[in-house]
Amino acid sequence: MEQVRKLSLALDERSKYLRSLVVRGLEGGNRGHVGASMSLIEILRVLYDDVLRYKPGDPNWIERDRCVLSKGHGCLALYALLIDKGFLGVEELDRFCRVDGMLGGHPERGKVPGVEASTGALGHGLPIGVGIALSARMQKRDSRVFVIMGDGEINEGSVWEAALCAGKHKLSNLCAIIDYNKIQSAGTTAEIQDLEPLVDKWKSFGFATVDVDGHDVAALKALFTRLPLDPAKPTAIVCHTIKGKGIPFAEGDPKWHHHSNFSPQVLEQMYQAVGARS
Amino acid sequence: MVYELAKKDPRVVFIGSDLSPGLLQKMKDSMPERHYMEGVTEANVIGMSAGMAMDGFMPFVNTIATFITRRCYEQVALDLCLHHLPVRLIGNGGGLVYAPLGPTHLAVEDIAIMRVLPNMTVTAVADAEEMVRLMEATLDWPHPIYIRLGKGGDPIVSRAENGFEIGKAIVMRRSQAPDPALLISCGVMTGRALEAADLLEARGIPVEVIHVHTIKPLDEKLIIERARKARGVFTIEEHTVIGGLGSAVIDVLVEQIGQRMPLVKKFGLADQFAKNYGSQDDLLEISGLQPHQLADSVQQMLQRLRVA
Repeated sequence: MEQVRKLSLALDERSKYLRSLVVRGLEGGNRGHVGASMSLIEILRVLYDDVLRYKPGDPNWIERDRCVLSKGHGCLALYALLIDKGFLGVEELDRFCRVDGMLGGHPERGKVPGVEASTGALGHGLPIGVGIALSARMQKRDSRVFVIMGDGEINEGSVWEAALCAGKHKLSNLCAIIDYNKIQSAGTTAEIQDLEPLVDKWKSFGFATVDVDGHDVAALKALFTRLPLDPAKPTAIVCHTIKGKGIPFAEGDPKWHHHSNFSPQVLEQMYQAVGARS
Repeated sequence: MVYELAKKDPRVVFIGSDLSPGLLQKMKDSMPERHYMEGVTEANVIGMSAGMAMDGFMPFVNTIATFITRRCYEQVALDLCLHHLPVRLIGNGGGLVYAPLGPTHLAVEDIAIMRVLPNMTVTAVADAEEMVRLMEATLDWPHPIYIRLGKGGDPIVSRAENGFEIGKAIVMRRSQAPDPALLISCGVMTGRALEAADLLEARGIPVEVIHVHTIKPLDEKLIIERARKARGVFTIEEHTVIGGLGSAVIDVLVEQIGQRMPLVKKFGLADQFAKNYGSQDDLLEISGLQPHQLADSVQQMLQRLRVA
């Protein structure tokens, strides 16, 4: 937990703005994974601002880099970036999880432009990412694949099956990112299913692995822009984050993993924490 | 066979999960980038195949039938069916093939659990020659497919002149009688159904046999057409009687024939894990699924019908 306490960087205006989009989605659906979305924002922001190659007007552009949000319950953060980049309109957030909406509580490929895989059931993204990375290799494309997983998610055995496979194939075009906010649904990862030593685990599966402050935009950018860390290995980046980052009363509180039926006061407090309604 | 397809279609990729040494060695030698022999990682290979299919490939994933269906069911449901991807799952040793190895290795509910998944196509060919025809047809089929295989070496009963189209059942034996018994079978049980039909004809009972190589989508039109004039409909499968071919046929009959339903009987495996080892034939005998047993059962049921 020492690592978590060190993560005290103040959020800049862009990070607050992206969080305000998340809150707008929470308001629209009157529900959502608050903590799991807020911890992801800087990871996705840096990927979409500085790292990924994509065309919002042509989401199926074959040469694009693929970003698979394997922890699909953090989808509001992904929707925020997709809206920010012009894949879809901001008004979609007002129909989040609604019968007439296109944005569900987990992202769906084919329904939402820019979503690479339908995720939500945990442990599916890395195997899919391995397949996409192998496809790029077979097709001699230099597309890269980023798979973002939660720390609770990597309890799943399928993640480690895929890790074995990625290591075997030396998939240097694959980057596994772990949103290590140290809290899973039932409590802290230390209590429910300790993952340590996590960096060593990924190293032992054949990944070039480093850890980083997952809210430090400059550090994330410096790291993501020098991938692969090893030209003969897949990369794993363990991002130390804070669950609920940016919403003071949700930060580090397992009860805010998912929340519904927000009172007007709570919504107002969330908007105040991130600036204003976008 | 996968190698032959791969030579003519650049989308074809093979993925095995720790199968026999040297499997598809020629393919591995000539196109190693499209031949993957992975570890005992069924969940991973299904997800991996989905990732490849998202980018335009047509992976053929191969392992033992029970492991490619039960072990990685959520991956099949979500990675393949929800994404609606053209991945082919080849399940070796469907049904009772692995009888000596016990219930851990028997795939006797595979058709049922694959059939309930939206977008999934479910097939069970009668023999090796029909398998060749199915494999060629897969290249033009845009949906995920489960292919249940037998042990190999089963008698050839399929005929090229009948053609092959996914989703179209085949009348293997016709009768001019006004109200024949109708046997409907899939997989290697079609060979046994034809043998049973010979026995019944010899006893003066006219019989038709329909081979349903595609359990989903089911050829409802043909089944209804033949069932309307049948004295009795008998489904025959090497599968639990819950949720397989018999259930699919009854669903269609109930919905489309309703109150004028003919006599219908499902022949299959009881709702229990296998209690014995032995051979595939031994377990079929225990379940009353060998040709002489099927013929006797059909005859008795038709006689009871006449008395009633």
